[in-house]
Amino acid sequence: MKNKLIEVKNLSFFYEKELVLENISFEINKGDFFAITGPNGGGKSTLIQLLLGILPLQQGKIVYHNLSKDDIGYVPQNSNFNLDFPITVLDVVMMGNGTKHQNHFFFNVKYSSFEIACAKESLKKVGMESFLHRTISKLSGGQRQRVFIARALCSHPKLLILDEPTSNIDAKGQKEIFTLLKELNKTMTILIVTHDLGVISNYANKVLYLNQKGYMHDLTTLNFSIKEKEHFCEVELMQMLGKEND
Amino acid sequence: MIEALHYTFFQNAIIAAILVSIASGIIGSLIVVNKMSFLTGGIAHSSYGGIGLAIFLGLPIFWGATFFALMGALIIAFISFKQRERIDVFIGLVWAVGMAIGVVFVDLTPGYHGDLLSYLFGSILAVSKSDLIFMAILTLVILFFIHRYYREILAISYDSTYASLKGINAKLFFTLILVFASLTIVAAIKVVGLILVIALMTIPTYIAEDLSNSLYEMMIKSSIISITFTLSGLFLSYKFDLTSGAAIILISAAFFLLYLAFKHFFIK
Ligand SMILES: Nc1ncnc2c1ncn2[C@@H]1O[C@H](COP(=O)(O)OP(=O)(O)OP(=O)(O)O)[C@@H](O)[C@H]1O
Ligand SMILES: [Mg+2]
Repeated sequence: MKNKLIEVKNLSFFYEKELVLENISFEINKGDFFAITGPNGGGKSTLIQLLLGILPLQQGKIVYHNLSKDDIGYVPQNSNFNLDFPITVLDVVMMGNGTKHQNHFFFNVKYSSFEIACAKESLKKVGMESFLHRTISKLSGGQRQRVFIARALCSHPKLLILDEPTSNIDAKGQKEIFTLLKELNKTMTILIVTHDLGVISNYANKVLYLNQKGYMHDLTTLNFSIKEKEHFCEVELMQMLGKEND
Repeated sequence: MIEALHYTFFQNAIIAAILVSIASGIIGSLIVVNKMSFLTGGIAHSSYGGIGLAIFLGLPIFWGATFFALMGALIIAFISFKQRERIDVFIGLVWAVGMAIGVVFVDLTPGYHGDLLSYLFGSILAVSKSDLIFMAILTLVILFFIHRYYREILAISYDSTYASLKGINAKLFFTLILVFASLTIVAAIKVVGLILVIALMTIPTYIAEDLSNSLYEMMIKSSIISITFTLSGLFLSYKFDLTSGAAIILISAAFFLLYLAFKHFFIK
């Protein structure tokens, strides 16, 4: 009995009549840096939304071990929405707490000093502490992405789920975010969707290739260098795509 | 000018202008950040069906308008949860069918309906005591709603998927926003008329959004700007005997253009 966090068993999912996920099974253990990769439309975001309970389960099972909804932090695929919305970094980060600390009968607009301290702590982890009162639209794409990570960290999750957190971010920004995730991985499990095989070979210990069907690989069993791992991932991915084309 | 302040009808008009401005500043902000202007237009115009029906049946016009606006809001809310992608078609339908029902019932009612124009373009100098009571209660309820549930409202407006994930009932809050929008529209019909109500709810809000760092700030600024516009319009309307809605909207538009020009020449 390893430290299981989530078990997915024979999961299938349809949009209308379109089969998007077919009989997917895998498990995520505590401490994993778990990567999901695959072509566009392969069903990655759909799988994430099933794990989060945003989409309803149709076929198969998802078992959570000692993991409640509040223990999961989520960074959605696209944070470039609603750019003209007047909202500060503090407001966005506090959303991560839901309405947990809201206990006034009438006035719930201002945050308590306890809440602000909590937001600062999350922002500090992503290096954005000094931006607390900045309007979100006045940040760069990479800074905004960090704020969304801070929002997910706000509720002190055991599992952090990120859906392509580095799309729209330059190479330097990407490197910084992955360094940050590596650091966070010391205290929490990471589940990340990414197209970047370099990242996978560098940071992940497990990878799930997903294109309607899914294969999981444990990269730690390979006695390879990072470059070899990357090549290996590429071959695997190609093979899967090749199979799909047959 | 000053002597007008002694008349009860004028005092009532001022109070009405302030109350409606606060309500529409708050609800207008929610409509703009949620990108629901077209939807609100649909609700406003559908209320004409209720006005026509009330005239036909000889019932109080206010209740007819309220009933239709609420129904319009609930229908649109219901459809938007089922059919997000094609919601604009359904809004257009509610908009046009509401208007058509109103026109047909007015056609079927014999006699001349001079007061109809006041519903289309506002008659703030003719607000009654019961109008004021409705406006006051509505404004108080909206103030309570927004302060009590500010976090929920902010979360569903900014990122409704994430809000749902955090256990906030997004559908309930969207429906409530639409219900308040429809009641605010009914109140604002007295001031600017149903044709112009969208302008009252969006012009001050647009300027306020530009000047704000948070939704709360936007609501406050938008209410203050709206009060400025409605009071200026009210004085113009009294002084030159103009239709109040038209005067208020033209004042708003003039301020709006000035603001844009100012922004263009002095900022950046
Ligand atoms: N709400 C929806 N309704 C119907 N079909 C959908 C919906 N969302 C996604 N799909 C379809 O499901 C399939 C999988 O989509 P999904 O977003 O899970 O892919 P993805 O792997 O995350 O892709 P990407 O790499 O582009 O983010 C696609 O074919 C898509 O067209
Ligand atoms: Mg995706």
